[in-house]
Amino acid sequence: MELVPAILFLQSILAATWRMATPILYAAVGEVFSERAGVLNIGLEGIMLIGAFAAYSTAYETGSLLLGLVAAIISGLLSGLLFAVFTVTVKANQIVVGAAFNMIGMGITGFLYRAFYAESGKILSLKTFLPVDIPVLSSIPFFGEVFFRHNLMVYATLILVPLASFILYRTAFGLSISAVGEHPKAADTVGINVLRTRYVSILIGTSLAAIGGAFLVLAYADQFVEGIVTGRGFIALAVVVFGGWSPWGAMGTSLLFGVFYALQLRIQAMPDVLIPYQFLQALPYFATLLVLVGLTKRRVRAPKALGIPY
Amino acid sequence: MHWRNLGGRLKKTLRSIWMPFAAIPIALLIGAVVLFLAGYDPLKAYAAMWQGAFKDTTAITEVLIKATPLIFIGAGLAVAFRCSIWNIGAEGQFYAGAVAATATGIYLGGLPSFVLMPLVLVMGITGGALWGMLAAFLKNRFGANEVVTTIMLNYIAIYITGYLVTGPMIETKGLFPQTPRISENAWLPRFLLPTRLHIGFIIAVLLALALYILLFKTSRGYTIRAVGTNAEAARYAGINVKSNILLAMAISGGAAGLGGAVEVSAISYRLYQLISPGYGFDGIAVSLLVGNNPLGVIFSGILFGALRSGSEVMQMSAKVPSVLVFMIQGLVVLSVVAFGVYRAVSMEREE
Repeated sequence: MELVPAILFLQSILAATWRMATPILYAAVGEVFSERAGVLNIGLEGIMLIGAFAAYSTAYETGSLLLGLVAAIISGLLSGLLFAVFTVTVKANQIVVGAAFNMIGMGITGFLYRAFYAESGKILSLKTFLPVDIPVLSSIPFFGEVFFRHNLMVYATLILVPLASFILYRTAFGLSISAVGEHPKAADTVGINVLRTRYVSILIGTSLAAIGGAFLVLAYADQFVEGIVTGRGFIALAVVVFGGWSPWGAMGTSLLFGVFYALQLRIQAMPDVLIPYQFLQALPYFATLLVLVGLTKRRVRAPKALGIPY
Repeated sequence: MHWRNLGGRLKKTLRSIWMPFAAIPIALLIGAVVLFLAGYDPLKAYAAMWQGAFKDTTAITEVLIKATPLIFIGAGLAVAFRCSIWNIGAEGQFYAGAVAATATGIYLGGLPSFVLMPLVLVMGITGGALWGMLAAFLKNRFGANEVVTTIMLNYIAIYITGYLVTGPMIETKGLFPQTPRISENAWLPRFLLPTRLHIGFIIAVLLALALYILLFKTSRGYTIRAVGTNAEAARYAGINVKSNILLAMAISGGAAGLGGAVEVSAISYRLYQLISPGYGFDGIAVSLLVGNNPLGVIFSGILFGALRSGSEVMQMSAKVPSVLVFMIQGLVVLSVVAFGVYRAVSMEREE
């Protein structure tokens, strides 16, 4: 490859990387809260779907992307409340409840989409969040394209990650989350309300997952399709593990996945590449496996009480 | 073996079966509210669903046909779940079995029926078992969480299948993304003609019975369950935890793979991209619903088969999108969870 095309190729991939990483990152940072408090939510995929549909239908009917985002957050909170009732209050098996949420999310969003939109003959696209070029910086060659020409939901992750990190490591609430996830009984003894802490952590997790879903319709694709999340909720679960249950770790890992997503889309778009497109589509999932395997050496321990009701 | 406990064990099985059936009205009620709010007539929709599942012999046999892959997958998953291995990858293992079976049925099509038919099934088991054991290996060797790895292996299996049916294995005419038909020598016999009911259903029921006996009547099953209850304690007791995890995933994957092989050799006779409309995920609920009891899976499998079969008719005759059934299935699971807790509370009171 010549030098200039090579740089352009790299630029186009890196420019897409952050955007591709964003929906996974929202869901993963949320799940960090939930898992640090000891609650494994494998229903992320379903909750992202619900968030995506809530955002889409609201934005479509009202014409306001912001209201769409609000609707997604509300849908995330309601889903989270139901999830918490079952996993915390009722003390049901978290995997069972999570599996049920994936089914419910797929069923209800698919049903409502087909009932109201799919065959309605309406034009279904939204006007999505547009990229906001940062003055001056966006005109820097290469870096401008990669870092400074994104939409607001992408930039917002720069606030989300440090904020989440601050809450988890520097506030009393964050420390009680870890206490509850490590040793709920001890936390209880020193006066931490275990159930309430878990409820709040779950709600943070599901509302962020719903925002991640909303990103897909408000700032990525411009309409809803059935199953639009395509495994990102599951990938977010892997990201949490590989990121060592920390928000910054989640960001690094999400960006890694962003690279694979961007790479496979870019290569698919190249006319003279002979790799079957199915192999390219499988790339992010295959990368997840490799990443999990490579993890052995520097392994961070999972929260001790993860998955165990209290 | 302790056959004396059979009475008590059967009672337990019965108890695990009634809950999903009691959960159905609740799930259907919530479904009715959603249908109503979306502007459909719930009674009409459910009437169509009932008709679709139970109208006549053909409808009932279609339910059993839909239940067959779910029983294979659910019975296998019951073993993995009893070992506390959260195998979410039955979908991929089903595909792996279907691919291996189809390849055998096409490329070794010249073999006589009495060799080819069982060979296709064995290859299906092998394909699914290997795909499942891959996740077990990654867990044992690298500590990779099986929930994540099995999900990733699902996507990989589905994409590989997509590649095979559009590339190397595409039918000779090459019109559709599907393989040619497998040799007729590999077709599983049907009975109760002219319906499509096939001996695969009977194999599924026998497998569920066999896995039930394995889990609850053999010492091997006891060690699998011991690992599931408390891996640490099992290790102290001298049980090889890793080999039990490997075995549980081999059984679970093998059962799903056999389901894939049966689907190919009894129903579709060929492989195409979407040969499973999500059986692997339904199978999870099918097993969890009955407390991971392989015998109970026969009933919950038929229940989910009826929901699926009925919902397809509902879509055709009442124009209600059939995806709603996923929500109803999810709600059934949640209701059962709630029932389970209610039962635990009332049992505590009795004490």
